[in-house]
Amino acid sequence: MKKISKITINEKWCKSCEICVYFCPKSVYDMGRFYPVIARPEDCIACKLCEKLCPDFAITVTPPDIAESIKK
Amino acid sequence: MDYLYYLREEKMPHIWCDGCGHGIILKSILRVIDKLGWEKDDIAMVSGIGCSSRTPGYVDFNTLHTTHGRAIAFATGLKIVKPNLHIIIVSGDGDATAIGGNHFIHAARRNTDLTVIIYNNYIYGMTGGQASPTTPIGKKASTAPYGNPDAPFDISRLAQAAGAAYVARSTVYHVGKTDRYIEQAFLKRGFSVVEIMTPCPTSYGRRNKEGNGVDMIMFQKKNSVGIERAQKMSEEELQGKIITGVFVDKEQNNYLQRYKEVIDKAKQINQ
Repeated sequence: MKKISKITINEKWCKSCEICVYFCPKSVYDMGRFYPVIARPEDCIACKLCEKLCPDFAITVTPPDIAESIKK
Repeated sequence: MDYLYYLREEKMPHIWCDGCGHGIILKSILRVIDKLGWEKDDIAMVSGIGCSSRTPGYVDFNTLHTTHGRAIAFATGLKIVKPNLHIIIVSGDGDATAIGGNHFIHAARRNTDLTVIIYNNYIYGMTGGQASPTTPIGKKASTAPYGNPDAPFDISRLAQAAGAAYVARSTVYHVGKTDRYIEQAFLKRGFSVVEIMTPCPTSYGRRNKEGNGVDMIMFQKKNSVGIERAQKMSEEELQGKIITGVFVDKEQNNYLQRYKEVIDKAKQINQ
């Protein structure tokens, strides 16, 4: 099974600017009613572009290997 | 890395509008500080007034929020008294080149060992969208409702001409480049300027029909030209383009060294 990176969105800090939705190279996000929705987490390649471009410090991407080790 | 370690969490979320790029630049600064392994107490962040100058309020370093345009003057004093501090000045385009224009060019001329990060969004965002010295010709602002008649400053070229030791320009879309330039600027012993183009969807984009933050960052992505390629292009082709890259990177005597020489000389004469 393909390992999936862990993406978290802090909705208290998100201002719905949609930068993550438009600039994700793999189109992982869809825009929801108010906040972005992680629609295709299995496509994520953990490039962290969304994390770097999020102006509100709201997105955290944990690459699959680190996410696995935290789970254990 | 953990951004929250460097932030004052009780102050978050920040006041910047949705689509504003200031947060992206702040993240770049924090990433570079994390990479260089600087202690939080060894850093002083100094700012003037404006949207960009709110940055020190959110970071957990030694911070100084000073009067409009005078951030570089305060920082020079700080550097002379405490030469071991890593001093980062964050400033907007209006703050650095209009109200603080003289401080900026003279600090570059003296080559004080400071790093200035200029958030250039073409407008005075916080005070209500007045035209700044970098607003392009013909663009609308609240003080120029029929289009701005003044020719804009090119901040990087200005710093280059004034004698800065390191000058680079990047955009918020090019985060990798921004990180690299900020790192080089931090490590430079001398006056270093990093100009970062950032969108202001609320005061500039809306008035000039340039769309929201996403559209403006997309514009930066499509209209940025590297400095090597720009040298081969004609004046017409460069119309409306953003030239990015390292403009100056040179070694020269900085102000602290020269100031120390003056002190030593004065001591010898007065003995």
